[in-house]
Amino acid sequence: MKSPRQGYADGLVELGRKIVVLTADVGKSLKLEEFQKKFPDRFFNFGIAEQNMMSAAAGLAISGEIPFVSGLSIFTLARAWEQLRIIALSNLNVKIGGSHSGLSNFKDGATHQMLEDIALTRVLPNLTVIVPCDYFQTKRAVIEAAKIKGPVYIRFSRNEVPTITAKRKFEIKKAEILREGKDVAIIACGNMVFEALKAAENLSKRKISAMVINLHTIKPIDKKTILRVAYKTKAIVTAEEHQIVGGLGSAVAEVLAQTPFPIVFVGVKDKFGQCGKLEELMREYGLTSKDIEKAVKKVIKLKKCKRLR
Amino acid sequence: MVKKNLEKIVKRIRADIVQMISNSQCGHIGGSLSIVEIIAVLHFLVMKKGDKFILSKGHAASALYSVLSLKGKIKRKELKSFGKFNSRLQTHPINCVDGIEIVTGSLGQGLSTALGMALARKNRVYCLLGDGELQEGQVWEAAMAASHYKLANLCAIVDVNKLQLDGETKKVMDLGNLKKKFSSFGWKVISCNGHKISELILAFKEAKKENKRPQVILADTVKGKGVSFMENKVEWHGQIPDEKQKEKALEEIWR
Repeated sequence: MKSPRQGYADGLVELGRKIVVLTADVGKSLKLEEFQKKFPDRFFNFGIAEQNMMSAAAGLAISGEIPFVSGLSIFTLARAWEQLRIIALSNLNVKIGGSHSGLSNFKDGATHQMLEDIALTRVLPNLTVIVPCDYFQTKRAVIEAAKIKGPVYIRFSRNEVPTITAKRKFEIKKAEILREGKDVAIIACGNMVFEALKAAENLSKRKISAMVINLHTIKPIDKKTILRVAYKTKAIVTAEEHQIVGGLGSAVAEVLAQTPFPIVFVGVKDKFGQCGKLEELMREYGLTSKDIEKAVKKVIKLKKCKRLR
Repeated sequence: MVKKNLEKIVKRIRADIVQMISNSQCGHIGGSLSIVEIIAVLHFLVMKKGDKFILSKGHAASALYSVLSLKGKIKRKELKSFGKFNSRLQTHPINCVDGIEIVTGSLGQGLSTALGMALARKNRVYCLLGDGELQEGQVWEAAMAASHYKLANLCAIVDVNKLQLDGETKKVMDLGNLKKKFSSFGWKVISCNGHKISELILAFKEAKKENKRPQVILADTVKGKGVSFMENKVEWHGQIPDEKQKEKALEEIWR
């Protein structure tokens, strides 16, 4: 168990002098102290002023730096979305780390939770959108993001989560097949990847063979892999800790719109979050492995229906 | 000698603005005409190699394109494509032209971008804003940060033409005492007549002398400057001159 936000912070430290780090009074929340201590001249706190921070990152990128704008996804991204839009339009080399995404900021309630960021980012041309699934993948995403030219948004969560990718390589855009299967393909991102693996394990006991795909890069989307697994399994379930509207499920559905295969979405159903224990919230909003299992059963039924037709 | 040359350049820029905007039937003429002396003094006298410029009030793009063409960064004949389909010279600047670093025109962001460039401590950075633009809260976030980081390599110029789309800035949303505002944010404030070349030269000289604080030049200007029937008229924020008006404007400019 390790937290993705720590992975983000460790990735920044590894990049060290190659980058500059910007934050808006959430340096502690993002575990940026080590970077700040080691590279004080490459760390800028902007106070609680996200819009200025985002546009200033554009300026740093123009001057040849690789800025990592680091903060809570809700404020960093949503408050400064139009500033980010100008960065995307100008195709500047700015990286944004959006922490505390999904319901992972469970203690602070709806104002601080971020269930809309995949929608807000994937709609922007030029912007790469990455949703890593654990500590290691978040760290690697940071390092890979620094290697590519152009704006990148990395979405990750706050709490310790099981590690899945300790020994895996990470390649932007390339969807990872974490488990083979033939009856259904579960396409997930972020924390839901672990839930998908859990669901697949449970389903195998009932003779349902589920494939699990970690679609860590939402944009540009790996159409090839999505189409391949869809044609193989002929039934798709998507799972995300995000609104169903506009998120990973929508992105997958856009790719599969011209195929006949049924898709069932697991995600937040057009609701805002609230305070509570994380487990309570995940259950309330239908984001557990059990919800994925239910969706799998539903999609397999739909697949059979289509066959009858 | 320099001043005489610059006066000629200023006329050329004004004529270019009128030609471009009439030709494409789009653009913002009033706020482009008001920045002509500022942008000319900056680009032809003040800015040295390595200095950077951000036109935060991106709707005055036509003035910038004229300057870039006179500097040889874009071809003179390309000005004809301003605002037209498939042109690099969009009505608000995009960064595919040499000398334009970022897309601007969404007001309030340019000063932050300029401060980010200044933070890299490689160049002296100039940023031109409109006065109406100062109603954007982000400008004051940037003003706060620039003085916090003691960015003496950042110089903002405000084109105080006192008009905005909906009317007089004072009536739409009064900016109050800008001198006091900036100085309480920790900036060195210099005021001058934004159409007097000699005053602008002095203002920029004084700004450059400052070595601890960011500087702002509050340049008092007239919207639509140089064309009598456009001066201080709010409707010329975005109105397009017809053929007759264009001829009259050019005649006045070259007179």
